[in-house]
Amino acid sequence: MAEVMNMEGHVRLGSNAGQALTRRDGILKVTGAAPYAADARPEGLLYAVAATAGIARGRVTHLDVAAATAHPGVVKVYTPANVPALAISPDEKIHPFVWKMEALQSDAVRYAGQPIAMVLAETLEAATEGARLLAPRYEAEPPRVTFETGEPYETDTTAFGRPATHRAGDLDAARGTAAHHVVTEVSTPAQYHNAMEPHAVTARWDGDRLELDTPTQALALTKTTIAAFLGIDAAGVTIRSPFLGGGFGSKAIVYGAQLLAILAARDLGRPVKMVLTRAQMYGPVGHRAPTRQTVTVNLDPEGAITALEHDTLTVTSTFDHFLEGASGASHSVYVAPVLHTTHRAVRGDIGTPGPMRAPGEASGSAALELAIDAAAEAAGMDPLAFRLKNYAETDPATGMAFSSKALRECYAQAAERFGWDARPLAPRQMRQGRLLKGWGMGTAQFPCPMFQAAAHATLRADGSGVVETSAADMGQGAWTALAQIAADGLGIDIDRLDFRSGHSDLPDAGIAGGSGHTATAGTALFNAGADVIRQLADLATQDPASPLFGAGNAGVTARAGRLWRNDDERSDSYEDILARAGLDLIRGEGKGVREGEPTRAMFSHGAVFAEVLVDPDLGQVRVSRLVGAFAAGRIINPKLARSQLLGGMTWGIGFALQEEALHDARTGRFVNNDLAGYHVPVNADAPMIEALTVHEDDPFVNTLGIKGVGEIGVTGTVGAIGNAVWHATGIRPAGFPIHPESLI
Amino acid sequence: MTPTLNLTINGTPQTIALDDPRATLLDLLRERLGLTGTKKGCDRGQCGACTVLVDGERVNACLSLALSQDGKHITTIEGLAEGEQLHPVQAAFIAHDGFQCGYCTPGQIMSAVGLIAEGEAGLDPERVREGMSGNICRCAAYAGITEAVLEATREMDTAAERKSA
Amino acid sequence: MNRFDYVRADSLGAAVGAEGALLAGGTNLLDLMKIGVATPERLVDISRLPLDWIEEHEGGLRIGAMVRNAQIARHPAVLARYPALAEALLSGASAQLRNAATTGGNVMQATRCSYFQDPLSPCNRREPGAGCGALGGETRNHAVLGWTEGCIATHPSDMCVALAAYDAVVEIAGPDGRREVPMAEFHPLPDATGAGPAPLAAGEVITHIRLPDAGGMARHARYVKLRERTSFAFAIVSAAAALEIREGRIVTARLALGGVAARPWRARAAEQALEGQPATGDSFARAAELALQGARPSGDNAAKIELARRIAVRALERAAAGTPERLPALPASVFAGDDNG
Repeated sequence: MAEVMNMEGHVRLGSNAGQALTRRDGILKVTGAAPYAADARPEGLLYAVAATAGIARGRVTHLDVAAATAHPGVVKVYTPANVPALAISPDEKIHPFVWKMEALQSDAVRYAGQPIAMVLAETLEAATEGARLLAPRYEAEPPRVTFETGEPYETDTTAFGRPATHRAGDLDAARGTAAHHVVTEVSTPAQYHNAMEPHAVTARWDGDRLELDTPTQALALTKTTIAAFLGIDAAGVTIRSPFLGGGFGSKAIVYGAQLLAILAARDLGRPVKMVLTRAQMYGPVGHRAPTRQTVTVNLDPEGAITALEHDTLTVTSTFDHFLEGASGASHSVYVAPVLHTTHRAVRGDIGTPGPMRAPGEASGSAALELAIDAAAEAAGMDPLAFRLKNYAETDPATGMAFSSKALRECYAQAAERFGWDARPLAPRQMRQGRLLKGWGMGTAQFPCPMFQAAAHATLRADGSGVVETSAADMGQGAWTALAQIAADGLGIDIDRLDFRSGHSDLPDAGIAGGSGHTATAGTALFNAGADVIRQLADLATQDPASPLFGAGNAGVTARAGRLWRNDDERSDSYEDILARAGLDLIRGEGKGVREGEPTRAMFSHGAVFAEVLVDPDLGQVRVSRLVGAFAAGRIINPKLARSQLLGGMTWGIGFALQEEALHDARTGRFVNNDLAGYHVPVNADAPMIEALTVHEDDPFVNTLGIKGVGEIGVTGTVGAIGNAVWHATGIRPAGFPIHPESLI
Repeated sequence: MTPTLNLTINGTPQTIALDDPRATLLDLLRERLGLTGTKKGCDRGQCGACTVLVDGERVNACLSLALSQDGKHITTIEGLAEGEQLHPVQAAFIAHDGFQCGYCTPGQIMSAVGLIAEGEAGLDPERVREGMSGNICRCAAYAGITEAVLEATREMDTAAERKSA
Repeated sequence: MNRFDYVRADSLGAAVGAEGALLAGGTNLLDLMKIGVATPERLVDISRLPLDWIEEHEGGLRIGAMVRNAQIARHPAVLARYPALAEALLSGASAQLRNAATTGGNVMQATRCSYFQDPLSPCNRREPGAGCGALGGETRNHAVLGWTEGCIATHPSDMCVALAAYDAVVEIAGPDGRREVPMAEFHPLPDATGAGPAPLAAGEVITHIRLPDAGGMARHARYVKLRERTSFAFAIVSAAAALEIREGRIVTARLALGGVAARPWRARAAEQALEGQPATGDSFARAAELALQGARPSGDNAAKIELARRIAVRALERAAAGTPERLPALPASVFAGDDNG
């Protein structure tokens, strides 16, 4: 398995879990040697470029295939007329994590930017020009891409079968007796993941066997999904995905152009590389859907929440189902004796939305945190005091106890670090030169799901270890953090561990999403190591030649490549145990899964404090300071966790001030599907940003006590910035992003 | 007619027969010369992932027509380390976790090398942030990037002083 | 992009009159070719023309068309005498783009109107007579001055705004000889039905930009730019201001606005109103009113008019306060720090 990535050369700062190791893939990444899918250049390569629809609704009536084919270097043009058939319709939802795809199954156009043809050529330049030369003609129907023009859509679920509605308690009664009834309306726009690495696939066939370089957040799932659509045995599919150049939810799903490239490679008998352009990433690979949210906070005279209402209207596609579950963000943050949350949607001529970093939670938290500040103002209370007064001791949505919740400590540590107690209650009280200065806060929260993962561990005769699982590293640091956990599972130093990952031949590590990958794959790796140690301990404690002989009852501990008696100081090395047993290796297996129905509510928590500067005349906003404190269970690697949290918080800056994808309502086409028009934060947007982690032991969330840090940084931050803008200007944002002209 | 161009890439002079005059410097490096460390993020000068040094100055390879670069000296991420010895900017990026997914990293590092050579940002963090704002990092490792650039600047200043002393 | 022939012009003589699109830094032309907006059959590479120096000229400066934007921005004479030009340049694009983009290319860059950039949308600028796809569309970034139903695009350059304020002149060589046009009038405004004529005739080449003596304005000049992010973004609105102040009174005033029209918008009426007045907020507010006289929204962009007024005031205030010794860390930013404590 030489092609499986192996890491060397990280900088050692300590040992294994809990230590701030630098990334084990660091040298590969800073030298340009880390391979991404689009870097592959197999012999005989053809380049594939998709042609995409310039209308949002209707059908393609003509493609100038002759012109494209005549272009020097063009080898083949695929259209609905000649595309090889898939085994299953790309409109088939073969499992919940499949999005309906466009693989030239018809001439119908259901959103702008959908693939309508694919051109194969000897060079990238020829394929690109070939796609342009197709000059499609259409029969267009009026597009429906706005809330106003979308078709009403009745549904009981948001995404993955989650109920669209939650109603608990007598809302009418609570409204009737409320001392304050604070209604906050917040709109959020469509947002796009914009991972730096465009979606890419390099496909080559060897008979019936298929080899792919393609970034995926779910290796095993991608393998079986692709195999199913192609009608081939999944055992014959190999996917290499050692590095993803960012995913954020957009690389968990299979998409039409990816399948087309694979089909083309089979049809033409040559390897094919297909990379989406930046503009082509707007449509077929998901997005965060726009919302219009109304959050109503009912208060008693003392400022206690008596009822919380959260309604979300969103847009989904005409042909598939995914609703941005924003109202769910109100379920478990604040006390809510009466809790009513609802979702509604319209269907538009857009690509199907999907999960984007903190799906549901980010948009919902943005609205909720603005509403909570408005409620605090109505109650005449400091925003932090108000949040503490309405601190949920148990989960309002389920009534369950929290598995752990160090949110009070988060509030306290972040507030102290930030200097919150110097904050004037009223807005427009602080200045820096001519600029208005404001302070705001938000509560961060994100659930702790676990998926299913499997791992293998092997202990070798020399005392070194090999662990295997098909994890995905999209920047969160799986190559490092999971290796740290695995080394602990085997009780060896991480430098004696060979961690194999990012390859579909390895055991399924589950989906890298939901902030649950480290917990899930980590648990599998740890358990695999523990399985090895169990076998090793059996050998040693039953071997009269071992110093551990007879220690079975007292037990042994694995550490630093040795087993240690729990009842005295004696130990035995792994090498010696194996040598005496005449074994070359011991293999173990482990699973990472949460057994049974949870009996506790499980969340990571945090508090984010923001300082903004606002130009009073021109309305431009800069987040001059962000301080977050997060309690996320056990932190495997503080260095990487900090980066994840800072990254999430910076996404909060983008959400609050910049990100907004715009369609022209008349054509349904985007007007800003590039990185000059769709703004994401640049370095100068994040001048002072700090993430603290608060110690938290969680005995319930999983055996390792890991909660996850990938997404929580976005939550809380958006609201904190919005609330800081209010504190600076006295203007409550009506939505995000906050445009300069809305503040003058 | 196949045009040829002469480039010195990472110190090695090369004569390249270019199959297509449309090739950008980026697609020349990546698709023809196998120097895939330089990344394509937007192909339109809007993200900085393709940053290389041309005659010592940082530019976007995606908006540089390859033919127009005839005679120039190109430095890519592959040409930065000296053998096993990382360039100070590379080492500092690792130490300060100035990246996550790693995709924008070669461009960030080449941009940082260019920035330090320009000598205008110095040790002012705000000038470093501004000077590095042409390199988008969607993972948003900006704090680490800024720390890394500052540390590398100090390191290189010290090394230069040692040399001149 | 389409196939093209590539030729290199090694002398101005070879470039003038050459058929084809002129390629210099490539940062705009290649981009337009990639998105199918520019489809030249022939590229004339003028990047090696010996026009890559800045020279003293009659008390002012003469900047060759092939000088890179970054070279201008760090040139000692520019920093000393035309600091608003340096500040404008440094607030534009990214360091990488500024290293590649040339003076001539910056002047010639195309509008960032998203309808111009979308070959599927009608655009009079791309195809005279086709109509304007932007009218009635997403128009937050579009013109509020000098527009017609024929075109509501804005010119995206920061550099040109400062050049217009400094009375710069564009020197052009063509098959029929040389001519010059003031920067402020170089980019044609749209006419009733279209985007107006092309600024350069076929075969013409920009050779230099000439800056006249800035006189007493050298240390009272600033550029200010409102953006949607702190850096690496086009202007929502911007302004360049330069003042000569004696004993508290304005002797000479220069004001140009960016992001508001198809050309950098020189506000001459405002300048005249300022001259002889005290360098105070009242004077600046009156001038800003005059600068935006006749402004009207071309769509959902009425807010730009007020923003443009305010940025004009800000630029004048900063100019009056004096150019700092060293340009701020965030050039042209409202957060530049020098007047914000």
